[in-house]
Amino acid sequence: MSTPRLHVPAVPARPGDQPDFSYVPLAPAGAELRPPVDVAVHETAALAEGLVRVLDDEGRALGPWDPGLTPDALRLGLREMLLTRVFDDRMQRTQRQGRISFYVRSYGEEAVSVAAAHALRPRDMLFPSYRNQGLFLSRGVPLVDLMCQLLSNTRDMCKGRQLPVMYHAASQRIFSISGNLATQYPQAVGWAMAAAIKGEDDVAAGWIGEGSTAAADFHHALLFAKVYRAPVVLNVVNNQWAISTFQGYAGGEQRSFAARGPGVGVAGLRVDGNDFLAVYAATAWAAERARAGHGATLIELVTYRAGAHSTSDDPSRYRPKDEYHAWPLGDPIERLKRHLIVRGEWSEERHAALTAELETLVGDAWKQALTYGALAEGPRLDPALMFGDIFKDIPPHLEAQRAELEAELAARDAAGGAQGGAPR
Amino acid sequence: MTAMNMVQALNSAMDVMLARDPSVVLIGEDIGYFGGVFRATEGLQRRYGAHRVIDAPIAEGGIVGAAIGMGVNGLRPVAEIQFADYIYPAYDQIVSELARLRYRSAAEFTAPVTIRTPCGGGIRGGQTHSQSPEGVFAHVSGLKVVMPSNPYDAKGLLIAAIEDDDPVVFFEPKRVYNGPFDGDPYKPAESWAGHPMGEVPEGYYSVPIGQAAIARPGEAVTIVTYGTMVHVCIAAAADLGLDAEVVDVRSMVPLDIDTLAASVEKTGRCLVVHEATRFGGYGAELSASIQERCFWCLEAPIRRVAGWDTPYPHAFEWEYFPGRARVRRALQALMQEAP
Repeated sequence: MSTPRLHVPAVPARPGDQPDFSYVPLAPAGAELRPPVDVAVHETAALAEGLVRVLDDEGRALGPWDPGLTPDALRLGLREMLLTRVFDDRMQRTQRQGRISFYVRSYGEEAVSVAAAHALRPRDMLFPSYRNQGLFLSRGVPLVDLMCQLLSNTRDMCKGRQLPVMYHAASQRIFSISGNLATQYPQAVGWAMAAAIKGEDDVAAGWIGEGSTAAADFHHALLFAKVYRAPVVLNVVNNQWAISTFQGYAGGEQRSFAARGPGVGVAGLRVDGNDFLAVYAATAWAAERARAGHGATLIELVTYRAGAHSTSDDPSRYRPKDEYHAWPLGDPIERLKRHLIVRGEWSEERHAALTAELETLVGDAWKQALTYGALAEGPRLDPALMFGDIFKDIPPHLEAQRAELEAELAARDAAGGAQGGAPR
Repeated sequence: MTAMNMVQALNSAMDVMLARDPSVVLIGEDIGYFGGVFRATEGLQRRYGAHRVIDAPIAEGGIVGAAIGMGVNGLRPVAEIQFADYIYPAYDQIVSELARLRYRSAAEFTAPVTIRTPCGGGIRGGQTHSQSPEGVFAHVSGLKVVMPSNPYDAKGLLIAAIEDDDPVVFFEPKRVYNGPFDGDPYKPAESWAGHPMGEVPEGYYSVPIGQAAIARPGEAVTIVTYGTMVHVCIAAAADLGLDAEVVDVRSMVPLDIDTLAASVEKTGRCLVVHEATRFGGYGAELSASIQERCFWCLEAPIRRVAGWDTPYPHAFEWEYFPGRARVRRALQALMQEAP
């Protein structure tokens, strides 16, 4: 006689163990079929459990998902991924020096954002999570603008109201990052529903981590996307880790996240998230499907969070230190670089020169950003800005509170109070 | 002017706005073909189409999340949450997203969403169809919160809410949908016909958000209340032959403290009444704000009458409801106090 026994998802490797990625189903590059964009949802079930890959381990592009991008387009993609990494590394160091309070790198996940940004049209609306800085860089949001947000300085786009990395960019059509997880997912669907109501052919795209698929918002989004056939591309960035929680605890054991799509009635694709060409091709396919009125696609981007969750996290406490080197899908920048080299369109020398150029670019931008102040030094925003934009027009009770704060600040200044520091 | 009950007035408001502004869309459970469980959207899908009057799955968080996205993309969504008791699955989207989107994005993104939701008891709804959660929304920075007490205000305030560029949580006291309710559940129901506030213009007009109204002028005591309790309080004061001034708050946020304070400065006594639970309720804010403004004019401590701090019990609905007797007792005690 058997009795129920609580199943606890097995974490493959803990600190001190050998990395073990045998739980990740793989497929060779070029193995998956590429169906027409109007394929019935249930016919994507195999793709949702498979793995769309274009680049093989030798750097060759194989199979029907090869988007056939020009060398110039690929070099631009490589440049933006590398810029993302150089920017991330620099901001990480800056946080360690105490100039900014918090940072989140996207190390190892650069293709997820940059390739998608390339595959979507400029008018398509993006609903990022907090690890999609590649979207902002790819859409040309100036480095200085991002840095000023990180510094909460006088040019901070959020006017000092948001934690670092919670950017927004209305003119580049990138939505405001919340900080609460998964909330942007049904919002992306609603945005897409509105586009369809208005008869416009703009597509929305949203990003969520595999850990956040546990949230009700994920399920609401999928359901609304299915019910109203919303023109939306829903991306699940499966980087294996939600802070310290392994993806098995989000329900990833023996079942792909992409398979939740066909389960609800939305097309599903499981994609090599470290393969720039595969991410581009899958995004382009899903966007074309959405734009043609065939509905949403759930894309699982299989990748690995090579860095810490954030600067407040230490992954050596819960996973093997060198796990990333054993990750079977490699590094997105190395793989695209190799592909370009194999095609005779790139070289180690050009790569080194590009890296140096981008480091200078980021360094110069940082110097400029600092001239506008930092959280704890230099010129500061007026604290009374905290009362702005709560409502379109400030109501009397907030006006009264603003006046009270201003009196408090005036008294502090009169007493020779802290410049740029916290109120005494 | 046409005689309308509150449901018809709300329907008329949405009708007017759907006709005036192509960006207005409605979304909610049962609101389309069926016209809503309280009939507030009856006929609107037939008139404006299933793309603008949208039936939704039973997922309040999805409804509000999608409405926010629609608002960001240029629409003016009016989301119906079928009962205020069902609003909690959407609480995160309302509080963390809708209320703070303008703020966190420094006004680059906004979502002019109106959330309509029927609230309050007295309809044999038990603890899951009777709640008055206005206080938990009034406490949140970035939301406007309103509750009309009659058809005229309902239509005017709903039009104002839809036109407002800020999010508005619009509570509808469902006990007074069909008629003013004086607190006596055993006598025949009254209708709005013949009530001055049941005379409603058919076309466009609005009632500004952020203004209280004097529901009954008086000199002896001020009763600050809103929703269903406006009518109960008027009746309770009449029972006692008391010349009470009944102030209908109408807008919890922003609060028209000036109108409230002016009344209390005149009468010197104040009773705060609401149907929601008392502890940490919106009445505490009213009481504190009035006291701060009017302390030296008060001849007695401000008193509160509210629902008991229990869930709304199905079988003991009228023992729970802060009815006329409870309001009368509080008024008598308040009038007997002397400095």
